[in-house]
Amino acid sequence: MAAFSLKINGSQHEIDVDPTTPMLWVLRDHLQMVGTKYGCGIAQCGACTVHLGDNAVRSCQLPVSSVGDQEITTIEGLSENGDHPVQEAWLEVDVPQCGYCQAGQIMTASALLKKNPNPSDEDIEKAMNGNICRCGTYTRIKKAVKMAANTNQNS
Amino acid sequence: MTHIKTKLGRRAFIKNTSLAGGGLVLGFSWLNSCKPKGAEAVAMELEMPKEWYEINGYLKIGDNGVVTIMSPNPEIGQNVRTSMPMIVADELEVDWKNVVVEQAPLNTNLYSWQVAGGSRSISSSWQNLRMAGATARQMLKEAAARTWQVPVGEITAIAGVLSHEASGNSAGYGEMASAAASLEVPEEIELKEIADFSIIGTSRKNVDGKKIITGQPLFGLDVQREDMLIASLVHPPAFGMKLKSFDAESVKKMPGIHDVFSIKLYDEDYKKNTFHFTAFNELVAVVGESTWQVFQAKKALNVEWENTSDITETVTMFGNEMEVTFPAGMEDSETHTTKLKDLISTKGKVARKDGDPETAFKNAAKIIERSYSCPFLAHNTMEPMNFFAHVTEDHAELLGPTQTPEWMEPAVAEVLGLPLESIDIQMTRQGGGFGRRLYGHFMVETALISKKMKAPVKLVYSREDDMTQGIYRPAYYATYRAALDADNNLTAFHVKGGGIPESPIFANRFPAGAIDNYLAEDFTMNSNITTGAFRAPRSNFIAGAEQSFLDELAEEMGKDPIDFRLELLKRAQENPVGEKETNDYDAVRYAGVLELVKEKANWGQAEAGVHRGVSAYFCHQSYVAQVLDMVMENNKPIVQKVTAAIDCGIVVNPDAASNLSEGGAIDGIGHAMYSGLTFKDGAPEQNNFDRYRLIRHSEAPKSIETHFVQNDIDPTGMGEPPFPPIMGALANALYKATGRRHYHQPFITDKPPLVG
Repeated sequence: MAAFSLKINGSQHEIDVDPTTPMLWVLRDHLQMVGTKYGCGIAQCGACTVHLGDNAVRSCQLPVSSVGDQEITTIEGLSENGDHPVQEAWLEVDVPQCGYCQAGQIMTASALLKKNPNPSDEDIEKAMNGNICRCGTYTRIKKAVKMAANTNQNS
Repeated sequence: MTHIKTKLGRRAFIKNTSLAGGGLVLGFSWLNSCKPKGAEAVAMELEMPKEWYEINGYLKIGDNGVVTIMSPNPEIGQNVRTSMPMIVADELEVDWKNVVVEQAPLNTNLYSWQVAGGSRSISSSWQNLRMAGATARQMLKEAAARTWQVPVGEITAIAGVLSHEASGNSAGYGEMASAAASLEVPEEIELKEIADFSIIGTSRKNVDGKKIITGQPLFGLDVQREDMLIASLVHPPAFGMKLKSFDAESVKKMPGIHDVFSIKLYDEDYKKNTFHFTAFNELVAVVGESTWQVFQAKKALNVEWENTSDITETVTMFGNEMEVTFPAGMEDSETHTTKLKDLISTKGKVARKDGDPETAFKNAAKIIERSYSCPFLAHNTMEPMNFFAHVTEDHAELLGPTQTPEWMEPAVAEVLGLPLESIDIQMTRQGGGFGRRLYGHFMVETALISKKMKAPVKLVYSREDDMTQGIYRPAYYATYRAALDADNNLTAFHVKGGGIPESPIFANRFPAGAIDNYLAEDFTMNSNITTGAFRAPRSNFIAGAEQSFLDELAEEMGKDPIDFRLELLKRAQENPVGEKETNDYDAVRYAGVLELVKEKANWGQAEAGVHRGVSAYFCHQSYVAQVLDMVMENNKPIVQKVTAAIDCGIVVNPDAASNLSEGGAIDGIGHAMYSGLTFKDGAPEQNNFDRYRLIRHSEAPKSIETHFVQNDIDPTGMGEPPFPPIMGALANALYKATGRRHYHQPFITDKPPLVG
């Protein structure tokens, strides 16, 4: 066990855990932030995507000991009121079916738009390819990402 | 107006005292105990009333006019938590924005068919949901009539407001709720005319949308309780093996680990129903404080396994008893294929025979014969299996994702030695179902672990556990034959199919009834690999095989593939072979979706470089036709567009139904093209998404368009029907694009020769 001080969604959290514990389980089991989902544990499905700084990363492969003072943003902290342009587009397009993978999809999409505010279809596919949706909401996700990009452009 | 007796399902309309006061059903206590940090600002959009009045088992009305509608069925992504309450709200005549939806717990006294299966949620509850709303509307009118001393027939109810024009009286539902709740349930009520629906048939957004996109706790894996322990299980590495021994002591000392022990699910003489089944009756449970600690301990655990012997069990399925054999031994995919090929040439049970197919084949000028196959598939719901249980000496609380709470309840009661009344099952939102959560062994396992630990426990399957536990889509094999005469007329049709462990054949589905000489045969092969229902069971293979074969047949006969199908359907409609009722489908509705897709896809007018495949299928009482447009880019097939035409009767929530159509097409393309689970020495060769391929963003169709047939027929299935036919459309478009006909799924590994 070791003590860590983590900056998550703008606030500081102190925890005492096994240093190998992936951030996914630190968030879910130790900090009760369950919006970040477990899907595969080997960085193949994207359900656990969070932002480390400005980058979308798979929290299941991110040991707590490697985070240091880098800021983590989870789905719970993406916006104050669920009104990030990507979240609003998701509601507008009514993307989810079961909804389980969507937090990860949203975190990947919002990181993409931060770096590339006007992505092409290919850019979207490439960035989102690591996020699996078994329900098959891919066409809606792409539509929502483009809608969010347009909102950004026009604001 | 349709007058209906409220006798059917009446118990749901009698005031149920256990629900009064709302304490039991108002909100999930687990939701309150684990509010995500940062999400508090997501305010409730509606102001809650001071008092709720329960009108019947489906709804209660607040003193301020806000209405809570219970959603009785499991939500697995088919959007019933929105569409089922929409039906109640429409008949109730309430403004949708004043509706709050709550998940009902399992309550067999109040609700029927609390199951997510067979695409039947809406169709089986359509009448009850309408009655629930209409009964409440009538009682509110009655309350107003008594209050105002006017005839009830003169009172109108519109958007939550009761009015009496002559006297000028008017009141909101909230004002009359208390009086209405004390009235007798009327013997007879009026349902609305379909033309008067104001919510049904309009697109309403997912009621959980905001919670999903802000990461609030909704799913079974999100359950948190004070003093809750985490458990995980170790099961045999291969089918055909069972637990021999294990060394608990070294692992018990690991940090955070509370206990390591084995559990046994069922005694040998317990009569299971088919949904209780599991390949692994004895497992090792590791229980600890956090998921990571438990997963680490599992890896360190030393377990010895031994081979099973032949097992024969009697199981019940919907009241019918059947014997199921699980042979001993380690199986592998190569042997499976060889055995299926052997069986198809030697074994077959006639499932339907019309005319004289043997003679027709003997006299044929040409016989076309093609064989098709598909592998086992794992369901791979994105949320792995899990459940929460808190078992005490005289009570068991269970909470989590299950498609069959009612059918699992007796098994939980049995293993705990508690009466049914002491088992309380609640459902969370579920991260996918697809049939996997029909088989609730994980509920039984959690209950046993909680009982042993005397503590609240959440059981978590790792992805590897989930993918290697069994309950797979069966592997199937089918051979189609068609006889053509010298003028290229179709004179006979023969399908023979089998699978491990079930046959994929629906003998009375199209094209049965459309061909004079017709033979359907099937066979089965036992295995110790467990299987179960997977989105559109059996149809999910046979639709693609049949629709590919019809495409090849049409080409051989020099006919347009849609015209060919329409000709057959015309025959089935005008002069069906066999008794009309023996043919499962309605030929007019079947032809209807083909005609609609032909028009909407501009069939016959494809742009240069666009290769098209068509397919149509009937299952779960609905009809779906799809046209798939493919282009070749850098020698790679790209699905550019899917156009779907669907007849599922009245469409309750059109945009949500379109979402299911899109998902069905993507899911179907994905599984036919990329997915498969293979075995070596009894063990699955894929156990996570690195080796098991699911379709990804870049492989999905670039666009999907869905058109619904407009009619007034009561709703039929929507979750499953769009899934099976697309596999045929995909194979047919692939042929046009590449000159190769694909017969064996997944197509990505199938290397058929160039033809034509």
